[in-house]
Parts: sequence; structure tokens; C-alpha cells
Amino acid sequence: MEIKDVGMAGTLESSDIMISIEKNEGKGIEIELKSTVESQFGSQIRKVIKETLEKMGVTNVFVRANDKGALDCTIQARVEAAASRATQAGFKPWEVE
Amino acid sequence: MQKLRRTMLFVPGNNPGMLRDAYIYGADSIMIDLEDSVSINEKDAARLLVYNALRTIDYGETEVIVRVNGLNTPYGRDDYEAIVRAKPHAIRMPKTETAQDVVEADKLITEIEDTVGMEPGTVKIFAAIESAGGVLNAKEIAVASKRLIGIALGAEDFVTSLKTTRSLEGIELLTARSLILFAARAAGIDAVDTVFSDVNDEEGFRNEVKLIKQLGFDGKSIINPRQIKIVNEVYTPTNEEIFKSQRIIEASAEAEEKGSGVISLNGRMIDKPIVERARRVLALAEAAKVKLN
Repeated sequence: MEIKDVGMAGTLESSDIMISIEKNEGKGIEIELKSTVESQFGSQIRKVIKETLEKMGVTNVFVRANDKGALDCTIQARVEAAASRATQAGFKPWEVE
Repeated sequence: MQKLRRTMLFVPGNNPGMLRDAYIYGADSIMIDLEDSVSINEKDAARLLVYNALRTIDYGETEVIVRVNGLNTPYGRDDYEAIVRAKPHAIRMPKTETAQDVVEADKLITEIEDTVGMEPGTVKIFAAIESAGGVLNAKEIAVASKRLIGIALGAEDFVTSLKTTRSLEGIELLTARSLILFAARAAGIDAVDTVFSDVNDEEGFRNEVKLIKQLGFDGKSIINPRQIKIVNEVYTPTNEEIFKSQRIIEASAEAEEKGSGVISLNGRMIDKPIVERARRVLALAEAAKVKLN
């Protein structure tokens, strides 16, 4: 899916994660992560972000993530919302899952 | 045992922390909201969040209901498409005006269940009535679908439609509460009362809960976990009521064993409605974890 704009979703409230997604032409998925639980869960958060984007068919993007202890399902939802806004594609996971 | 709905806790649908913790406070039902508590710019994100949360978080014994946007808004259709697939116990329809609104929602849910191969009737409907017109149609609304498990009064929009405001005594809501209750009872479904917004006014809240319990409501919509304890206290039967109810049920069982159609206790005849009331008292006592002998 083509990135048309910067897409953002989420908040900086506890248990949430703020995701910003922009074009990263030809460089694949790159993730810049800040997290209150980076040492324990950093690699898991990156994994969820990457897998969610791959499932959506989003490939060359730069992701900024500021995590405040979000559950995996929250990370997934915020990535979906940010990518959906960035691609202006109106992503509907319930139609494909 | 019939499901009790003493407390229905509102949970804003775009708040991951509240979505995660909503079930820990012991409300009988949680009502996750995609409608009024979610701004127009966040409808897409909240829908995705609730969809993913419901498929992941185990809410245990708590009944999960999701308030969607109306089908007459740009968000309603997508809300139904996503949420039905995430299988909450029920969808709460906002601002229900006519029986036709319920019929349309039922039709759409049926289509979605059919598309994904879910058992028909898995997702129930709870209809909120929030206007003078809706209240007058309550009787038809309450029987519009087999999925309907209850109707609720939404008072904030309702008082605006009446050109009045809410008072502590609630005189302006008396007719609406009564009509909604009558409609629910005639249809054999639950009736849940509206929210009480001033979380700090515990006395005012307790008085309102006593009033709606006396009217016959099954429970109350609440906006803060602090209100759960008060509702449960009001709805918990006294020891005397419990004891009396146990004796009635025992006498009823004895009569049945003897094949006698007449139940008597201490020389007094016990009617069927008294037995029914006794059952409800014991169900409320059990839900409140009152120790039963």
C-alpha cells in the first residue's frame, strides 16, 4: 500500500502507544522506539509493529513509536490506525481476518 | 440462572487503559462506547482498538456490550461490521426511535453472522431510548427482535427533547422510566436506567438507585466504578428478605414433591408470583455473595 501522508494514531496516556508512520522509500520498515518498558519488551513491541505492517502490505515506512506500556492488541490497533491514515486506504482488518 | 444487570459500566472506546481494566471492578456488564465519548476524528482508531481488544482481552464473567454509532451516521455500518465479528455479548443501539431501527440492526447483524459463519443470534441487541418519540414507541421497540435482551433510558438527550433539564428528584423522567419499564416487562426483557452524572454526589446517586429499584428496573448505567458498590448495596436483599425467600422456595419444593398445587407457609397460602419474587431475591443475594445457609 502506498504511503500518501504522515499518519498518526494513539496518545501518550498510560497503557497507550503513539505511532507515527511516514514514507521510507526503498529502505524497508524502520522503527524508532521509545518505551517505558523498553528493556523488557522492546523487541516484542518492534515485532508486533513489524508484523502488523507486513500483514497490511505496508513495506517501506519509517515508524516512530512512543510507548507507555501498551498491550499487544493496543499496539496492533494503533499501527493499523496510523497506517490506514497514512495510506488513506480505510484499512478494515475484519474484512481480511 | 438469569443474568443480572445491576450495573452497566460505561467505558470510553478509545482509552486502552480503561478497556484493559474495565472488568476488574465487578460491574455485571461493561458498555464499551464508540459513540458519544469518541470524537469524530477518532472514530476509526477507536473502532480498531475495540475490535482488537475484544479479540484479545478475556473479560471473564463480565457481560461485554459495545455501544456503536447509529446506522444513520457515516460510522455505524463499519462499527457493526467490525464489532459483530469481535463477538461481544451484545451491541447497544444508541438513540433508538422506532421498531424499524431495531429491525434494520437485526438484519445487518444477521447478514454479518451469516457471512462469517457465526451461529445466528450470537450477538444480542440492547436498545437505548433517548427521545420523547422513542419512549412513545418503546412498546414496539421492545418486541422488534428476538435478539433484544433489554432496553435502557438515555436521559441526557431525552430531557433535551422534552425541553427540560434533569433534577435530583427525577420527576421529569417518571413517565419515560415507567413506559420503558412497562414495555420491557411486557416483552420479557430487561430494563436499565440512565446514568447519574455527578460522581461526587453519593447520596443523590443512592436515592436515585433506590427510586429506580422500587420502580422495578433491573439496574443502572454507571459512569464510574465508584458507583458499583452503591448500586449493589441497594440491590442486595436484607438477611430477613433472604431468610423469608429461602423458606418460600423450600415450601414450594415441598409442595411440588407432594404433588400439591397449593403452597403454604406458616398457614398462609403462597402464590406463584411470591415464589418468583423469592427466586429473584435469592439470585440478587447470590450475586452480592451474601452467605446463604
